[in-house]
Amino acid sequence: MQVEFRGITKCFGTLRANDDISFTVPPSTIQGLLGENGAGKSTLMKILSGYYSSDAGEILLDGKKAHISSPGDAINLGIGMLHQDPLDFPPLKVIDDFILGKKGGILPSRSSAIREFEELADRFDFSIDPEAYVDSLTVGERQQLEILRLLWLGARVLILDEPTTGISLPQKEKLFATLKKLAGQGMTILFVSHKLEEVELLCDRAIVLRQGKLVGAMDPPFDTKVLVEMMFGKEIELESKAKLSIGQKVLHTKNICLEGARINIKRVELEVRAGEVIGLAGMEGSGQTLFLSACAGLAQPVDGSLCLGGEEKDMTGRSYLEFLKHGVAYLPAARLEQGLISGLTLMEHFVLAEKMEGFFIDRRKAEELTKDRIALYNIKGGPDSPIESLSGGNQQRALLALLRDPLKLILVEHPTRGLDYESTIYIWSKLKERCARGTAIIFISSDLEEILTYSDRVLVFFAGKVTPPLDAEKLNVERLGRLIGGKDWENLEKEAAYAVHA
Amino acid sequence: MPSMRETKASGILFQIASVLFALLVTSLVLILANVEPFAAYKAIILGAVGSWDLVSNVLVSWVPLLLATSGLLVTFTVGLWNIGIEGQITLGAIFTTWAMRLMQHSGWNPTLILVIAIFAGMFGGMLWAVLAGALKTFGGVNEIFGGLGLNFVATALNIWLIFGPWKRPGVASMSGTLPFDRSLWMPIAAGSSRLTPATIVMAIVGIFVVYVLLENTYFGLKLKAVGKNPRSAYLLGIPTWQHMMASFAICGVFAGLAGAVQVTAVYHRLIPSISSGYGYLGLMVAMLVGYKASLAAPVALFFAALNVGSIQLPIILKLDSSLAGVLQGTLVLCVLLGQGMRAKFLKKKRARL
Repeated sequence: MQVEFRGITKCFGTLRANDDISFTVPPSTIQGLLGENGAGKSTLMKILSGYYSSDAGEILLDGKKAHISSPGDAINLGIGMLHQDPLDFPPLKVIDDFILGKKGGILPSRSSAIREFEELADRFDFSIDPEAYVDSLTVGERQQLEILRLLWLGARVLILDEPTTGISLPQKEKLFATLKKLAGQGMTILFVSHKLEEVELLCDRAIVLRQGKLVGAMDPPFDTKVLVEMMFGKEIELESKAKLSIGQKVLHTKNICLEGARINIKRVELEVRAGEVIGLAGMEGSGQTLFLSACAGLAQPVDGSLCLGGEEKDMTGRSYLEFLKHGVAYLPAARLEQGLISGLTLMEHFVLAEKMEGFFIDRRKAEELTKDRIALYNIKGGPDSPIESLSGGNQQRALLALLRDPLKLILVEHPTRGLDYESTIYIWSKLKERCARGTAIIFISSDLEEILTYSDRVLVFFAGKVTPPLDAEKLNVERLGRLIGGKDWENLEKEAAYAVHA
Repeated sequence: MPSMRETKASGILFQIASVLFALLVTSLVLILANVEPFAAYKAIILGAVGSWDLVSNVLVSWVPLLLATSGLLVTFTVGLWNIGIEGQITLGAIFTTWAMRLMQHSGWNPTLILVIAIFAGMFGGMLWAVLAGALKTFGGVNEIFGGLGLNFVATALNIWLIFGPWKRPGVASMSGTLPFDRSLWMPIAAGSSRLTPATIVMAIVGIFVVYVLLENTYFGLKLKAVGKNPRSAYLLGIPTWQHMMASFAICGVFAGLAGAVQVTAVYHRLIPSISSGYGYLGLMVAMLVGYKASLAAPVALFFAALNVGSIQLPIILKLDSSLAGVLQGTLVLCVLLGQGMRAKFLKKKRARL
């Protein structure tokens, strides 16, 4: 089936997630979609598969205008989407999961469904027991189940959103072989990824999205340098970095190994010193959040240990509350979901965050404190403003204002995501102020320029692998982009930048 | 975005509409049952306030209901559905009875015995609540299911005691254990047959304490924070499960007190249905007042009046007294429905702007 996008536009508030995107995918093609996080890849695919409706533009299937207003419509038209997290039912048996969504009578015939399931599975050399429970399968097998299910439902267009995260290498090879086979049989495949190598290996053609716009297309042979440039933009002149004297040891992760829901990290060795800024780069879900959580006791290492302070106090297995007592604070990216409490006022937040004396709330003191902080952090809002009524930038300022003082280590997920230029500059000036007073900062960002501008050293994460700490001075956008895409990982050990004693 | 005043106005509007709608639904039920609705409402009102005796009956029913509601406000604030409150009331009653049985022939001062027995009841309720909390925190059992299970256990325990170890001399009876000696009854107000001023003071002090706790203390604010967003609260440095446990314990104390009141001031013995459904009714009151302590006392009084007033229905209109339950249930449903509709309405309005 031929899929044509014509002028697709989708806005979320003021953000243009998709901006006038037009391109055509011929049948029997594996089309790669590249772009960094938030470039608009997933939004576009969700429009095609009926999860979102576009604000403008249309989709043509085999030249005919298609009306897709729900995932059900999409599958009836032959469009199936394989989500990043398989949309299946872990408590069900494989065969029941398989039958679900199929139109038919009240009593589905399990025996014929099992027969068809096994025939289909044989065709692609998958071996899944139809009587097993879905939650006993690996992520790769669940993906295979989803592919079989979508094929059975008659999909002629298959969308895969970052399908290789969390599956093993042999499973990946099998997936790619399957996709090539399907394309050979006339299937149109849209392959969303940020992994350059996979796109180069698998796709017949690729387009690149950046900030909601289609910025380029390429046919094989692919030129990695050009792709990286399209994905991340041209290199720009960096602000000069004020060098701070690096002080006392603050955190030492001794070969820690972590196991997350979708990703495992092996042996990260890192020493962080007072006043230092460490940037964690990588595509979302490559393990940065897991590592950052572990530094605050929000995730527990399965091996290795984690020490705080110059005296190397062993904190392995301790809870976040104990880390907090030792001067470690964590700022999550989802401000309103994980950092602030919707329904409480600014003042109530300050009362909660501050250590107050007594049993009863001293309203006068609390109000004074709140007014001070509002002025100090330039927050647009009053003591009685509900926190959810503040804008994103002001919420982030509030989060910063809530941090205790002094702190030894601040861990931040995406400090300036979704903020305007002014707020970004402001947030970093406040963070840098803390650094100057001896606080170390570790932050995650998908903005490469932010990483290069503000970090002293950088760790790059790729599918659970972590580079040794690299000197930010010796990196540039292009090189960082290649590392994030999984390229040039050989011989990094030589370049490892370990902190020197002050 | 709609202004603050506009939001508030629409809130009141929806609230009034909900109450009217509830009355309409109940009236329809009455018409279906071939009863003139206004006659039924009149009978309920007269049944509740028709005489001083009836009013005092309303107050007798108000005390345990308000106590249960007060406790539930604390668990609701921290985001918990303490369905197990019925069992906690029962355990309070059992512990009170137990303490009374141990002390009734000791010859101690009756006031001292009553005070100890009431504290025992509070302890019993707390124990049962903490058990539900522990099941949730350490066993991963949702408090609704854990509470429901513990309710059944409490009822069974109660029945076993009444028909087993604590049965009346001679023959066990559904009418409960042998009543305590009159000297061990909570003092009754002059000119009334049942009203005990001390318990009314307890209920008023109780709701006041809860109000102050939730509105003016660090502890209350922390409970609110955990209830609204446990993850953020934890990152702000608030130990979450400890606060949940504490709120279970506080609610248990209130439930236990309600049970103790039922034994020492109302029935003067342990009966099979000692909790009288005040726990479930308290859940409804708490939902109806939107978990705000300031409104709990009047609304609980209204519910108690409905309960007492409807007792007259079978006599006057040959109608079952469960009409009060229909009215209460419809009211809560309609108000919740109204809130839901309003949220949708505001969201749509916001989306249009």
